[in-house]
Amino acid sequence: MSVGIVMLVHTALGRAEQVARHWSAAGCPLVIHVDVSVPDKTYRTFRDALADLPDVRFSQRHRCEWGTWGMVAASQSASKLMLADFAQVQHVYLASGACLPLRPVQELIDYLAARPDSDFIESATTADVPWTIGGLDAERFTLRFPFSWRKNRVLFDRYVALQRKLGMRRRIPGGLKPHMGSQWWCLTRRTLSAILGDPERAAYDRYFSKVWIPDESYFQTLARKHSPQIESRSLTLSKFDYQGKPHIFYDDHLQLLRRSDCFVARKIWPQANRLYDAFLTDAAGAMKRTEPNPGKIDRIFSKAVERRTRGRTGLYMQSRFPVETRENGLTSAGYSVFQGFAELFEDFEPWLAGVTGARVHGHIFGPGRAEFSEGACVVNGALSDSAALRDYNPQAFLANLIWNTRGERQCFQFSPRDNQKIASRLASDPNAQISVISGAWAIPLFHSNGDFTQIRREAALLQQIEAKNIERLRAGWAKARARIWTMAEFIEAPMEPLQTIVDEIGPQEQRGLPGLPPMVDLAGFGQFLQELKNQGMHPHLMGNFPVARGVEDAPDSPRKPYPVR
Amino acid sequence: MSILQSYRMRLRRKHAKARSYRKGLSLRPVADRTSQITKGDILLFSTLRDEDVRLPYFLDYYRNLGIDHFLIVDNDSSDGSGDYLAAQPDVSLWHTSASYRGARFGVDWLNGLQARYGHEHWTLVVDPDELFIYPFCDTRPIRALTDWLDGSNVRSFGAMLLDMYPKGRLDGVPYQRGQDPIEIASWFDPGNYMIEKNREYGNLWIQGGPRARTFFAAEPRKTPALNKIPLVKWNQRYTYISSTHMLLPRGLNLVYDEWGGETTSGVLLHAKFLDTFAQKADEEMQRSQHYRASLEYKAYMENMAEQPELWCKWSEKYINWRQLEILGLMSKGNWA
Repeated sequence: MSVGIVMLVHTALGRAEQVARHWSAAGCPLVIHVDVSVPDKTYRTFRDALADLPDVRFSQRHRCEWGTWGMVAASQSASKLMLADFAQVQHVYLASGACLPLRPVQELIDYLAARPDSDFIESATTADVPWTIGGLDAERFTLRFPFSWRKNRVLFDRYVALQRKLGMRRRIPGGLKPHMGSQWWCLTRRTLSAILGDPERAAYDRYFSKVWIPDESYFQTLARKHSPQIESRSLTLSKFDYQGKPHIFYDDHLQLLRRSDCFVARKIWPQANRLYDAFLTDAAGAMKRTEPNPGKIDRIFSKAVERRTRGRTGLYMQSRFPVETRENGLTSAGYSVFQGFAELFEDFEPWLAGVTGARVHGHIFGPGRAEFSEGACVVNGALSDSAALRDYNPQAFLANLIWNTRGERQCFQFSPRDNQKIASRLASDPNAQISVISGAWAIPLFHSNGDFTQIRREAALLQQIEAKNIERLRAGWAKARARIWTMAEFIEAPMEPLQTIVDEIGPQEQRGLPGLPPMVDLAGFGQFLQELKNQGMHPHLMGNFPVARGVEDAPDSPRKPYPVR
Repeated sequence: MSILQSYRMRLRRKHAKARSYRKGLSLRPVADRTSQITKGDILLFSTLRDEDVRLPYFLDYYRNLGIDHFLIVDNDSSDGSGDYLAAQPDVSLWHTSASYRGARFGVDWLNGLQARYGHEHWTLVVDPDELFIYPFCDTRPIRALTDWLDGSNVRSFGAMLLDMYPKGRLDGVPYQRGQDPIEIASWFDPGNYMIEKNREYGNLWIQGGPRARTFFAAEPRKTPALNKIPLVKWNQRYTYISSTHMLLPRGLNLVYDEWGGETTSGVLLHAKFLDTFAQKADEEMQRSQHYRASLEYKAYMENMAEQPELWCKWSEKYINWRQLEILGLMSKGNWA
């Protein structure tokens, strides 16, 4: 009873030799397949180097290009030689030159001896596997693939498209149900002999030689036909990236590999000296048994795939710069924008900060400078308050601010006086919670004692800008959570909208708001609006302010008190 | 991209190559050890002037990463840089007294040398004040990276320039020969970079950092570009167009992902702001050999009088590449 190793080798022959010696030392017979692309001289040197080992054979050489039939042909001829030459072999383990045994070989031999009838081969139907490199799964078996995916991608893709268009389909030979799985398997003598000696083999080989990546489906499918007992998993630890390329193990993976419970790992970087030194030792020096934790390896590699395909939301950097609509989120976290609040309430910012615990900035898109909280001129990430820098790339400024303050909610004020270049970005960002009290921009004008012609001109301009902004927030493409009240509406009942906004920002400790900040003095505001109208302007965003209203309130309570709920 | 545009790019590439050939005529070999270069060697190309004090650390740093051979152009140094380099066993040295600016800030010289010696080699083009950082650089040699890039069919690798500076005045701590400059200039700006896509060449144009924050806060457009593609599996058809910011053919500039994912990238720690900077600023102002007529040195001279430090409360102290990756300045991509 023993395990025979079929080893497919194409580069790093020195390492392959080292691993072959390791297998051989444990008494495993080997059949080695060396790719045709290896120069004859190198091949001969390699053969000679292994001449001193007793049970090593070299099988007929094929060209093993990725995704083509060569890999299967190589496995077939090597397996055949293994079964013919080594009668004591009960299991055949398919490995590559870049595989590294992680556990003492004797453990593998014992493990397999205890399961004499089990075939270890990952094998699942196409409908059930998530690997769809190039968007092909079931079509691997129904289309033809005469062109190399690596070398002739254009022809490959065009031929696939053509076959789809013409509705060309291949017939799958009778009795076969296509299965796929890792190409690294360990089969029993019985199953392997049955596959290699199948009376239909010529037809199967003909069919699979035009299937795409047949090394992931040939044995996987035929084992389903012949095996009495399939253990659908690979004994070889092998992780694939999003393009179906195997991940490579380096010296710094040593601790990780020690905690894997797999027998063999691939692929190992040929110059990972520490790995080879650590694992290719005798049983005594071999791994100090640590608690196996294969899940950790899984996590690391699936995170790598995730990072490569989806990236970190809201991050713009040298190697992640998504085109529009492919950002997976314009910013990295939720934030709140307040328009008109700072104008209507005195000390709105400190009040909001106190109530929500969020960081509340002033007008960070304001004309003079970015008004960061507490008057800071630089904030997280060394982001400067320079208006010139900010306006040079407002989108980067916003994305940076939100990214740099991950974990802390940001709120800021916005008004029609600010740089409007960011406005459509804000409107299209689902992370933005935008609350607008329309027309409140008029309050500072109302309080200013400037020349009325000037005021009238400015009011007209600001109203235009705000109207446009509101239009944006209400557009079909807008994704921000926007709430818009006219000033008149808001003043009627300010408590409820504020409560909603604050609740949305995050869970509050106490229920209900502790009280509102004082509202600015609006006595005479209606009159002010009337004055604008008299000058021929039409202030409409404020809602309905009767001329008399402000006047009535004026004598007794310039600051209208609001009840605390 | 229309055929006409493609053709124009081809002409530009040809022009750049012809130019680098012409400019290369001024190079005189001082120590030619290029016969030592063997197949698969990883080569470093650099051009310098009066950087003697930085050289010992620079060479050791890159030898440790696994650079096999250095090909260096000495632009008429007078501080002994040339002698020091000529004596190194793994350095090939050329000398020129021609204009740095005339050779498009050294690009032409190096393009010529790369075409001649870099064909089918991985080539790293860095200045003596740039230290190349890539994911896992503390545990994996540069060959692990280039092997992996080869396996992924990737021919170029991006590494953004990250300006490093000391806490306190730039001339507060003098740099000692052989010392790791990051011991002094150990701070950087973690999150104030701005990116735009260059539609013509397809590369990203990155600006920001401490120089934007202090010297150029009023004129951001003039802030130096920080995007760099220093590591390329060279082919004699290739050519750098402007410093190592961009290349032709344009495909080499696509070192970033546009579909939401992250490709693998590194960082060039830029240890420019040491006590040596003030002297250089003085000297370069005289020569006007640098980009945009030494705009940066000028801005520095003007600003330095009143605002003697680049450091601010939100500066980050450099620890390792993992810190840069967490901050989002570089990425492991799918290399794990």
